[in-house]
Amino acid sequence: MDSTETKNKIKLKVRHFPLDENPPSHYANNKKGIKSWLLTRDHKRIGIMYLCTITLVFLFAGIMALLIRLSLWNPANHIVAAKTYDILFTLHGTMMIFLFLVPGVPTTLGNFFLPMMIGAKDVAFPRLNLASYYIYVAGAIFTIFAIINGGVDTGWTFYTPYSIHSTTNVLPMTIGIFIIGFSSILTGLNFIVTMHKLRAPGLSWGKLPLFTWSIYATSIIQVLATPVLAITVSLLIMERVLHIGIFNPALGGDPILYQHFFWFYSHPAVYIMIVPGFGIISELIGTFSKKRVFGYWFIAISSLAIAFLGFLVWGHHMFVSGQSALASTVFSLITFLIGIPTGIKIFNWLATMYKGSITLKTPMLYALSFIFLFTIGGITGIMLGALSVDVHLHATYYVVAHFHYVMFGGMLIAFIGGLHYWWPKMTGKMYSETMGRISWFLVFVGFNVTFFPQFILGAKGMPRRYYNYLPQFETLHRTSTVGSWILGLGFLLMAVYLIHSLVKGKKAPSNPWNARTLEWMTSSPPIGENFNYTPVVTHGPYDFHRPVSEFLLGLAGSDGHGGNGDLHPEGGTPVTVEESNN
Amino acid sequence: MFNLGKYFLPPAKSTFAHNTDALFNFITTTGAYLLLGIVVVMIYFVIKYRRRSEDDVTSLVDHNTTIEIVWSIIPLILVLVIFSWGFKDYYKLFTPPQDSYEINVTAQQWLWKFKYDNGKTTMNKLHVPAGRPVKLVMKSNDVIHSLFIPDFRVKHDVLPSKYSIVWFDAKKPGHADLFCTQYCGVGHSNMHADVIIQSQKDFDKWLKQGASSSNGKPSGKTMAEYGKELYQKNGCNSCHSLDGSKGVGPSWKGVFGSKVTLSDGKTVTVDENYIRESILNPGAKIVKGYNNVMPTFQGVLKNEQIDALIAFIKKQK
Repeated sequence: MDSTETKNKIKLKVRHFPLDENPPSHYANNKKGIKSWLLTRDHKRIGIMYLCTITLVFLFAGIMALLIRLSLWNPANHIVAAKTYDILFTLHGTMMIFLFLVPGVPTTLGNFFLPMMIGAKDVAFPRLNLASYYIYVAGAIFTIFAIINGGVDTGWTFYTPYSIHSTTNVLPMTIGIFIIGFSSILTGLNFIVTMHKLRAPGLSWGKLPLFTWSIYATSIIQVLATPVLAITVSLLIMERVLHIGIFNPALGGDPILYQHFFWFYSHPAVYIMIVPGFGIISELIGTFSKKRVFGYWFIAISSLAIAFLGFLVWGHHMFVSGQSALASTVFSLITFLIGIPTGIKIFNWLATMYKGSITLKTPMLYALSFIFLFTIGGITGIMLGALSVDVHLHATYYVVAHFHYVMFGGMLIAFIGGLHYWWPKMTGKMYSETMGRISWFLVFVGFNVTFFPQFILGAKGMPRRYYNYLPQFETLHRTSTVGSWILGLGFLLMAVYLIHSLVKGKKAPSNPWNARTLEWMTSSPPIGENFNYTPVVTHGPYDFHRPVSEFLLGLAGSDGHGGNGDLHPEGGTPVTVEESNN
Repeated sequence: MFNLGKYFLPPAKSTFAHNTDALFNFITTTGAYLLLGIVVVMIYFVIKYRRRSEDDVTSLVDHNTTIEIVWSIIPLILVLVIFSWGFKDYYKLFTPPQDSYEINVTAQQWLWKFKYDNGKTTMNKLHVPAGRPVKLVMKSNDVIHSLFIPDFRVKHDVLPSKYSIVWFDAKKPGHADLFCTQYCGVGHSNMHADVIIQSQKDFDKWLKQGASSSNGKPSGKTMAEYGKELYQKNGCNSCHSLDGSKGVGPSWKGVFGSKVTLSDGKTVTVDENYIRESILNPGAKIVKGYNNVMPTFQGVLKNEQIDALIAFIKKQK
């Protein structure tokens, strides 16, 4: 940004635009028919299509998780065959990670709200956005084929040389992942350009809602890291199909090289999954505490710092793999450094609540449980980063519990919180607050009953990906399985009341939570072009001390009276705002 | 500080284990205090600053440099302590003492083979002397495996491309479990071995006996009984059940004399020669519905031992 004051400021004529709570049409009913959905270029409709697709993936992968837990009821397993069990955990991992967690927040809530939060009519490249969706679907079709054709049994990590020898559908699965990667890259690119070029007048980087900052950081990782995944699976495919020796020692390759390649993507991918979650939590804590988010710049910039450092820690997955001890040492040190900005975010959120006005609506309950669960995920991450302790804990249930606390307790809990927060805006309907709280309670309790015992299991020496286990682990395994049922019940209830709200829910007002960010400054559900006018931003995203009416400013004349984008129309109040076109 | 680690960790049976446990306990306990602090503050804020009306006016404070520096520096110091601690112990794990007793380990789908200095070999049973450092020199015959002995707090991947090393010093005679912790296929969870820790005297005595598997049939046992012993010792039991349930390989129950369909559609009667061929050249005739995953026992089992296994299989009706 330019250092001189005058260059950064522009003069605009603005006026207050009253909000129409009941516009004649909105984004979901302004065009009719299935074709209007399948060929839409509206970021909101694309977001909804992603949401439906991803929910289906979550349902299937979730059912697989329940089956895995059920199979582990007995030490000597006879509920499903060993091969089936291996396929179940591979598909659960692959689908959850590549088809749900990675695209999860950016393609659904990101697609729907990023343009609205910056006061734009759409993303920068609407056609590319639709193309990204179909690339995702194309990739998903390959993985579905792999599943129908008998599944894959390599684990989601596809470690060589096992994945070279495996007679299962490694090929269609990896091709699917290869294709889905492009969807991820293009979405990231689209969002980066959107945020640089389409921000409303006055919306400088320092006034951006923290959710958009987090999507920005995520997009950078998506663009930079995903090509490495494509390279990795291409090499794997070449080795399987053309027998070129890259990773297979029988052909002169090096299996550890594969692990370096794989984690060079898959560790940053962890941040693709979790960083948008940080963004959601910042919005929730701010709104439901009615307070400026503490350490705004720290939270915004730390997402970028995490995105950068996230590229330098992949080796912490390989402390006992045979990589050099010196490399392990360096990776361990950087791993600890990345823990610091992550930890400070927790303190920032707590400090945001200080002297706030806190109300425990369902989204806030999820935000607070996020802090609890993610802290446990973080502390156990420190444990696994410690070299000597990791030797003991690596590849045990401790690791399984750790990444479920981070991915489920972090990303998924934030996602559900965000889904409830923005549900009224997306659907125009209010869900039942009571049911929301009951379901939250079941999810929170079920989650902890499922995954906390796994920390103990792992520390006691229970290895992961085991079909049979020693009798001494039975009680803890059974507790975990019972927890998975509570969890399943919580999600079932959530599905019921959310669907019910679509049919019978109360009409949602435009701004049910009294928030200050732009997506609330239009009707629920929003109109096709989001706003009737070009919004102008004069305050910060969490300036709750300013009345909502001051957030309903737009360029005078930009509603069609006097020419769209005309900076010098008749009438309107002149204001000086910060430059946003950079 | 109280010891939270003991609720999590298995017994410590190596001289090294207490190092790992001390750090585990330090992180768990510090972490528990931190979590408790966060939860208490959170609940306190939720109650104290609960929304009283929609028009509540809140503080505009949005940063405080002093407090932000403090809460950055303290965790930084903590993690640097943890890093150095873990680093120091990790290097101990990588430097076996010069006078270590060496045992060669071979991993393959899905069994462990241990070879001692006098050529004696055991399968899925690792005998180690107590009170002296033991170094395992490990390699894999196929995919990546990982050797993990929780009670010793040691683990390392076993690779097909190069040797890797694990060392430990078991404190006193007893038992420990040994697991494979790198997913290696359908029999992964059956790759379990017993670690038998013996006093140096007992270990030497055991070692001199020569491998029972190369010793021939012990007197007083029938061929079928000897076959049963071999069935367990050589890891046949990881894949072939005796109760008719389908495992990685076909069950042995009632298999002798039966007609089975092969993967190429032909049928074959299970007789002495078919069993012998399947032990020595497992890929030759695969039963339909199973994969070609069994390792060869050529050079592992002697003729008399194959005879004993056949006698045992015949008994499984």
